[in-house]
Amino acid sequence: MSILITPKTKILVQGITGAFGAKHAQLSLDYGTQLVAGVTPGKGGQFFEHGAHKVPIFNSVHEAAAATGATVSVIFVPPPFAGDAILECVDAGLDLAVCITEGIPIKDMIRVKRAISGAKTRLIGPNCPGLVTPGTGEGSDGGCRIGIAPGYIHKKGHVGVVSRSGTLTYEAVFQITSKGLGQSTSVGIGGDPVNGTNHLDVIKLFNADPDTKGIILIGEIGGNAEVEAARWIKDNCTKPVAGFIAGATAPAGRRMGHAGAIVGGHEDTAAAKIAVFEECGIEVAATPSDMADALLRAAAKKGVSLA
Amino acid sequence: MNIHEYQAKALFEKFGVPVPKGASAKSAAEFDAALASLPEGPTMVKSQIHAGGRGKGTFTDGFKGGVKFCKTKADAKDLAGKMMNNTLVTIQTGPAGRKVQTVYFTVASDIKKEYYLAVLLDRASSRPVIVVSTEGGVDIETVAHDTPEKITKVLIDPAYGVADFQLRQLIGALQLSGAEAKNAAKLIKNLYTFFWETDAAMVEVNPLITTPTGDVLALDAKVSFDSNALYRHSEIVALRDLNEEDPKEIEASKFDLAYIALDGNIACLVNGAGLAMSTMDIIKHYGGNPANFLDVGGGATKEKVIAAFKIILGDANVKGIFVNIFGGIMDCNVIAEGIVEAVKEVGLKLPLVVRLEGNNVAKGKSTLANSGLALVSGDTMADAAQKIVKLVA
Repeated sequence: MSILITPKTKILVQGITGAFGAKHAQLSLDYGTQLVAGVTPGKGGQFFEHGAHKVPIFNSVHEAAAATGATVSVIFVPPPFAGDAILECVDAGLDLAVCITEGIPIKDMIRVKRAISGAKTRLIGPNCPGLVTPGTGEGSDGGCRIGIAPGYIHKKGHVGVVSRSGTLTYEAVFQITSKGLGQSTSVGIGGDPVNGTNHLDVIKLFNADPDTKGIILIGEIGGNAEVEAARWIKDNCTKPVAGFIAGATAPAGRRMGHAGAIVGGHEDTAAAKIAVFEECGIEVAATPSDMADALLRAAAKKGVSLA
Repeated sequence: MNIHEYQAKALFEKFGVPVPKGASAKSAAEFDAALASLPEGPTMVKSQIHAGGRGKGTFTDGFKGGVKFCKTKADAKDLAGKMMNNTLVTIQTGPAGRKVQTVYFTVASDIKKEYYLAVLLDRASSRPVIVVSTEGGVDIETVAHDTPEKITKVLIDPAYGVADFQLRQLIGALQLSGAEAKNAAKLIKNLYTFFWETDAAMVEVNPLITTPTGDVLALDAKVSFDSNALYRHSEIVALRDLNEEDPKEIEASKFDLAYIALDGNIACLVNGAGLAMSTMDIIKHYGGNPANFLDVGGGATKEKVIAAFKIILGDANVKGIFVNIFGGIMDCNVIAEGIVEAVKEVGLKLPLVVRLEGNNVAKGKSTLANSGLALVSGDTMADAAQKIVKLVA
């Protein structure tokens, strides 16, 4: 199994006719993902063609979901319209909306999050790389790739990865694959201060997933989401967990690329979060090169095989 | 994006948040005109820089205090002359300090008591939060640490805004009554409207004061705006003061590069914010000091890489460069070609360590190896970080 998505999940792409959305729709199709529809208002009836693929485009998420059975949307629309795109997924009753868009105003996300509270639809992102459940083919082809992550560095396996950062997710995934192990699902929750799904939500899903045997939790400065996740892990998580926090050298008060990566006080520094990780029994990776090794150490301590 | 106190107060007034009467001057020639708009009597002179701790700061010529109380307007003019174009060093500016290019005069208010008021984002609940304290005019982090019971936080439902009962909670926490309570409630509600309507990221009033006549005023104003929302606020973009920003950071923003200058000597060029932050960390871990944060983004082109190299080399402290790229989708060879071209164009003389991984990495590595450039290749982040630290040491 996996979490949130499987190779059978049918997805639609909002913003499939934009350059960025189109490029990643093509890569997902190449990976073997069940990408069944595109949505661009005003372009309904046209097709998104790539090799042998001919993906129908619809004017609305409602129409696309009704016609194709898609249950997940990936959003590539520009920041001023991204909040609206998320609300449309919720209104259409999708299971999951994954928002890749970077640069959405915080106020828009505050309102969107308020509007979707209690809704059936889960939001991942915004400003995230998306998620991958690897397949069994060469370069993990045949899996479900939603977003912008490289599919080929994955391998079907049993490690769950959750991170705010795209490139650090890839780093962790690549290390795991290089050791001959693989991933159940890798999830990028995004670098914005207001996002749909946080570390803890994903950790709970990994803990409940019988196919996930170990977890890598990657965080950064700013906010307290990693601390909240770590405390829950201490009390509830039965699986080995390795953690890494980026931003130990970041100056206070400066926004480090991600809108959410900013040290606001004593408690959201890298040092404070690492201290909580240690206190909660999470094996801390000293450097990003150490993430997979840290998980192997954690697994060895618990006598768990990750293979 | 940050703005100056005098700009923030002008915006406050538009939204019905009372402030002491004031006027700003951008040169000594403007002092008289600015002071003429204020009544005779006790006057404050305030250096306008984007950094806290101004009152306790020291100018590089030894003059103490970036915020001064004066008994008369004549005294105020005199002191303003000592601040203008002088460089103020505070706990937040770093040793280089900031040049004062605007001085702000205000009527010196009679203070009955000082309070704290702020509106910002509460990340845990994803809602705006109003924070108040009876302890004003002091460092709020210290209050939060030593006497957390003296801080009250009220979360605001974005679908409704500030409810009257919440205003009563806040006023109760501030222990105000009568005219003070009524005035403070109005001020808080208007300040929240300002926060919401302008897409502010944080609004801090420290201190908020009461006067013997029952007025409630914002004596200071610290405001920052959400950069992501600036596209819909041209009136706020117009308040940007480039003098307050590092020229290298301004240059980087033109190329859509996220760059932040630091004080070390190993420059970093990385793709992805998380990887860029941890590249700085790993340099420190192996005993080096990062000179900057630099994220070239997912779609780095040759032009971007060249611009990034030029910006990095504009920092005279830099003694070596660490390029760390995980090309997930991005073709490592495109990056490698960009590096080769950039190094040739800028005539690099400093040690350069490159760690490439990901898509088409073998081709990228061979492009680097066959370039004839004196660069060092690293296999992993750890390996490359150790190499650059050793080369620079």
